Amino acid sequence: MPSSRQIVLADADERDLTKLAEYEATGGYRALAKARAMPPDAVIDELKASNLRGRGGAFFATGLKWGFVPKPDQLDKPHYLVVNADESEPGSFKDNEILSRVPHRFLEGCLITAHAVQSQNVFVYIRGEYTGPYEILVAALAELKARPDVRGDVSIVVHRGAGAYICGEETALLESLEGKRGQPRTKPPFPAVSGLYASPTVVNNVETMATVPPIVEMGGAEYAKLGVPNSAGTRVVSLSGHVVNGGNYEIENGMSLRAIIEELGGGVPGGRRLKAVIPGGSSTVILRGDEIDVGYDFDSLLALNTAMGSAGIVCIDERVCMVQLGIRVSEFYEHESCGKCTPCRVGTRWMTSILRKLEAGDASQADLDLLVGVCDRINGKCLCPLGDTAAMAVASYVEKFRDEFQAHVDEAGCPFGDSSPLRGVLAPVATHGHSREREWLGAAHA
Amino acid sequence: MRAEIAKLRKEYPEPRSIVLPALRLAQEEHGGWLPPEALREVADALDLTPAYCQAVASFYDMFHLEPVGRHLVEVCTNVSCALVGAQQVVESFESELGCRAGETTEDGEVTLRTIECLGGCGWATVVAIDERYRLHVKPEDVPAIVEELRGAE
Repeated sequence: MPSSRQIVLADADERDLTKLAEYEATGGYRALAKARAMPPDAVIDELKASNLRGRGGAFFATGLKWGFVPKPDQLDKPHYLVVNADESEPGSFKDNEILSRVPHRFLEGCLITAHAVQSQNVFVYIRGEYTGPYEILVAALAELKARPDVRGDVSIVVHRGAGAYICGEETALLESLEGKRGQPRTKPPFPAVSGLYASPTVVNNVETMATVPPIVEMGGAEYAKLGVPNSAGTRVVSLSGHVVNGGNYEIENGMSLRAIIEELGGGVPGGRRLKAVIPGGSSTVILRGDEIDVGYDFDSLLALNTAMGSAGIVCIDERVCMVQLGIRVSEFYEHESCGKCTPCRVGTRWMTSILRKLEAGDASQADLDLLVGVCDRINGKCLCPLGDTAAMAVASYVEKFRDEFQAHVDEAGCPFGDSSPLRGVLAPVATHGHSREREWLGAAHA
Repeated sequence: MRAEIAKLRKEYPEPRSIVLPALRLAQEEHGGWLPPEALREVADALDLTPAYCQAVASFYDMFHLEPVGRHLVEVCTNVSCALVGAQQVVESFESELGCRAGETTEDGEVTLRTIECLGGCGWATVVAIDERYRLHVKPEDVPAIVEELRGAE
């Protein structure tokens, strides 16, 4: 049975791997030397053999993505590697820990990837709030810059974001990196052909990069033996919410979700009943507490119509009102919608407004139907997945906890009274100081 | 700032990419927010217009287009923090500081606001004090934090 297994975070418990010398003492940067002795295409083949799929959330095959980049003789433009370190998905904080504890493994992965896609230019787009990880990464990079024998002729620039969830979407990230408002682009063209500065660009997640060195070191075929079919390897999962031991845990894909929550996380505090689990960050379809006997891998979660996403597992106990959860999640997406596509910009606002009516006891049966209808009208009608995932997540709360939503209509109010831990957390975006919504909606919203 | 920008120019193929780092520098130099003259300085340094710089700045939550206090307290109230009591932490800051979330204390010392997921969900409640994270913050920890801020130079 798949269980805990340290690949990405290997040796980080025993040694201070933020130091280059310590990292080298554990065999660090050996994989880079091995990769540079191979032709770029052979490195891509190794990644294909590993069956590594992107750890940012979309789970796209990494080797395949690298293979899409035109060769220098096909398109005479600089190639870019852009690393998405804009981790902002509610429930996910794995990249925070990876950057803070194994920055050199991450940088080694970047250099191997740059070799594979024949790029001399790496940009790491790190979310603006991550001051701690940023400073650790910059210090590691300074050490690396003093070692041209390791770094080679590749430039690595760490670029800080400035607070926008949408910049985790790869084309919005590229816009932001080009000095613009972070609004997603129309695809195609895909970044592999026309990304940063309209040049061939690979966009990969932090954890994906940190997984590359161990893959090169052990060989793709060996890595592919870890985990379960279609979800090879390990994953750093983030546990939070109503769980005793919140934190990040590296597991082999396919480990049971129940074991992750109960054995690694210590279960729900106070002996309370687990009511629901958000399996992969707030964008994913929710699971009921009785649906956790499932492997934490792509195929097993897909069978339940949900996903690993960015591996943020949020545990929710029996005291929580699901309408309140819906309001909190919907308000987040409403706040973070970039405003480009109308169904997302306006739809998320409608979702919040209907959910608020339900919570206040002012909703009719038709409003509940309207909520589901609004979700349906957002889904699949926007350029990027932000609106889709907001709609799918909220629709899943209604579907799986229909009785509770119905009770808000029948009882003309919230059956939880003051007992839900989310009570009161119903208007946070009004207290963010300034927000994008105010630009469109004026003072009425504030 | 111009010297910093000149350094950054070498790292990016196109100067427009420097807008975000330049706005960050300008905000630091102007007491934590971006008054019109700060936007003009960034625009001049990068050969852009102040309107363009404002359009970019207004998109991002970390840029402030209105004055803020000398210290910035940001409490994460997204799902994971909210589940374990972020609202009570916000309320504790409100009563200790004597201002509501989204406001600045009368003496201009501290701005309190809520913020979306800071990426420390398993260590809730996460509070960023002047952009440095405090983890596992509970309502009873707040008085000491406020005292520390009031005493800090």
